[in-house]
Amino acid sequence: MNLAGFLAMGGYAVYVWPSFGLTLILLIHNVRAARRYHASAREQALRRIDSSRKQV
Amino acid sequence: MNWTWFHKLASPPHFYRLAGRMTPWFGWPAFLLIVVGLYGGLVLAPPDYQQGDAFRIVYVHAPSAWMSMFIYATMAVAAAIGLIWRIKLAHAVAAAAAPVGAWFAFAALATGSLWGKPMWGTWWVWDARLTSELILLFLYLGFIALRASIDDRERADRACAVLAIVGVINLPIIHYSVYWWNTLHQGSTITKFGKPSMPFDMLWPLLAMFLGFTLYFGAVLLTRLRGEVIRRERDASWLREELAR
Repeated sequence: MNLAGFLAMGGYAVYVWPSFGLTLILLIHNVRAARRYHASAREQALRRIDSSRKQV
Repeated sequence: MNWTWFHKLASPPHFYRLAGRMTPWFGWPAFLLIVVGLYGGLVLAPPDYQQGDAFRIVYVHAPSAWMSMFIYATMAVAAAIGLIWRIKLAHAVAAAAAPVGAWFAFAALATGSLWGKPMWGTWWVWDARLTSELILLFLYLGFIALRASIDDRERADRACAVLAIVGVINLPIIHYSVYWWNTLHQGSTITKFGKPSMPFDMLWPLLAMFLGFTLYFGAVLLTRLRGEVIRRERDASWLREELAR
């Protein structure tokens, strides 16, 4: 099987590739957003702990 | 029955650590299954005799649609548990699941549209299946907006739980819409009684994607939940010890 034929997707390339591309972007986005959400919660909590120590 | 395991699971410090250890056990199998499923769906599976290569969109469309419903069910069950037994962690599950589910509902609609244009000749019709899936997306967005609009977390939890539970009625409507109404959307291929109407070399990559997406959701949910638990427990003493490590 040649690469050009594979990429052409039997003439449906403009529908097939955006579908897969969009889904993969969303999969990656969800992972990154979840990690950011956890990391930012951690940072905020650490800052809070830090500032409460200074007040003591 | 002994419920200590359940209470232990619902205790935030225990859950926080457990979730961190569990995440890779969901994430890596999910990654491998999705890679294998993509290769199987895009390269190994033969083109459909009617739809040609356009049928391959099903490998991202159907698992996304499945996830949009599975995540909603998870969210509603968690919300009900939170509401009935007042378990904060259950509300956290519902809150963490919503954005992920919303993206999958969007993906199901968008990839369905990209398949509909060449196959049906239209991007969109107000067919029962499509409309009820669009309502599912709006339910997710409503849930997220409602949560964002209430400052008091406990009130937000309760209000969102009611919304999530009422919205469950939409799930059977989505599933059975293709039987109840004369929809343009086709009927079930896999989630029906009896033999799936798809040959094995087309079917296995789809099953790999279904399982991969489900495990993927597990990993993403656990990570979001850890963030959610920290935000809810920000003044707890265990958190100081945990974060100091």
